[in-house]
Amino acid sequence: MKKLAFSLTALLAFGSIAALAAEAPKSVKIDLSNPGPYFTGDGSDAINANCTACHSAEMVLAQPALSRAAWQAEVGKMMKVYKASVDEQDIPAIVEYLSKVRGNGS
Amino acid sequence: MYSLNRRRFLLTASAAATLPKLARAQSSIDLGLPGGNGVHTLTKAGEFGQKSEGLILQRTRAPLLETPMSVFDEGVFTPNDKFYVRWHWADIPDSVDAEAFRLTVRGHTGKTLSLSLRELMALPRFEIAAVNQCSGNSRGFFAPRVPGGEWGNGAMGNARWTGVRLKDLLDHAGVKPGARQVRFNGLDQPTSPDGPDFMKSLTIDHARDGEVMVAYAMNGRPLPLLNGFPLRLVVPGWYATYWVKMLNDIEVLDKEDENFWMKTAYKIPDRSFATMRPDEKDVPVVPISRMLPRSFITNIPAQSRIAATAPVKARGIAFGGDSGVKEVDFSTDDGKSWQTAKLGKDEGTYGFRRWEADFTLPGPGAHTLKVRCTNTRGETQPDQPNWNPSGYMRSVIEATPVEAV
Ligand code: HEC
Repeated sequence: MKKLAFSLTALLAFGSIAALAAEAPKSVKIDLSNPGPYFTGDGSDAINANCTACHSAEMVLAQPALSRAAWQAEVGKMMKVYKASVDEQDIPAIVEYLSKVRGNGS
Repeated sequence: MYSLNRRRFLLTASAAATLPKLARAQSSIDLGLPGGNGVHTLTKAGEFGQKSEGLILQRTRAPLLETPMSVFDEGVFTPNDKFYVRWHWADIPDSVDAEAFRLTVRGHTGKTLSLSLRELMALPRFEIAAVNQCSGNSRGFFAPRVPGGEWGNGAMGNARWTGVRLKDLLDHAGVKPGARQVRFNGLDQPTSPDGPDFMKSLTIDHARDGEVMVAYAMNGRPLPLLNGFPLRLVVPGWYATYWVKMLNDIEVLDKEDENFWMKTAYKIPDRSFATMRPDEKDVPVVPISRMLPRSFITNIPAQSRIAATAPVKARGIAFGGDSGVKEVDFSTDDGKSWQTAKLGKDEGTYGFRRWEADFTLPGPGAHTLKVRCTNTRGETQPDQPNWNPSGYMRSVIEATPVEAV
């Protein structure tokens, strides 16, 4: 790869004198280690095992009430689109759990 | 005198119930979504780095934090610590070394640039006020409801962005003939080995329009880490999906970007206001792009009790989308009649604009307040909400039911 060492002098020639005083911002570190909540209650083992690697549970539980088919499609979307590795055998239990806690009865 | 005090009391008392200005003691908020399920806890101080307490916690990992409507009442610039937060993938660096960081400009260019923050900040400075709004802001209000981030109206904010024009960077790298698009990538990574890395692209002409910029500061301060420290792309007038955070790689392409986040995700019906009927099939789609006009009442929450037959002031914010605010109208009778609102200072075409209107409710009972914005393109918020299956680009005349007593 061709990389150009970009010297400050070259930049100043190219740039204006206006921003000379600008100081580079300081390094930042924050704590992002909180994993957030998991799924709770009866039948939550399968969904916790397969569905919490990429995101905490809140957004899933904040979904509108969806049909069983729509939940099945969500699981499929996670696998196909985001490459979630989901144990095929766990899918019925995952859909069952979601239909129980956020189902619309159909 | 009595009625004035009484009016203040009523407005304040009702505000206390819902306004997160008093959120210190409040631990949750109900966004009032159709069909329910809109209750969220509020963040605690220090829970998300530089972000304040009282934000609406939509998701801990990857963080999704919403700004409560009351914050927009405080001024047209959204404070950095209250600015909403939105990430797709949870692999976000928890620290950035300001000395070691480099922004690369490469691809279909004469040379490759590798710029330190110091070098970047020595370039000609550009500043613009612009609204950053999530494509799915207000998705929770879609009816019928759709899956996704179930935001209320607070996945937006306005800031004064400081940085350098993208055009200047591209000119310096020397864009070669035949360049088609420019692709932007940040330091965040997918949390699955083959998951699609989040990247977005603009056409070369858009990238060189002299307004698209790389920002190292918002509201005069370095970006909070969760808003993209140390650099983020700013695309005035366009949805935030293009405003790539922790931007460290700019690649000029000589072909159309085929990556998932451009080719498949973030598609809207190819129609005015991106709208369709829920039962329609095979509607042609295009990538989401420019924003639509919106306006909100920020000082009177829904269900407020207001003194009848006494003068009251309504105020709020409006923005034109990808053009300025031409006019804001206010109604106290559910949109049957309108009065022109007074506009506040113009801080820039793409920013929030303050509006204000004086009104007196004719008598006790239920009333519906409404506000609507017309932009300088002549587009007006519609009476009926737009709808699409991804929950993007909501724009509708907002209604605030109140009770006059
Ligand atoms: C490989 C990572 C990964 C795994 C594992 C995963 N998801 Fe997701 N999920 C995502 C991403 C990425 C999003 C989009 C996040 C965003 O837009 O902020 C998402 C979003 C969602 C949403 C919001 C609606 C939507 O379609 O965007 C739901 C519901 C959801 N996931 C459910 C699940 C369920 C159920 C499972 C287990 C079968 C699961 N997820 C496993 C990556 C994953």
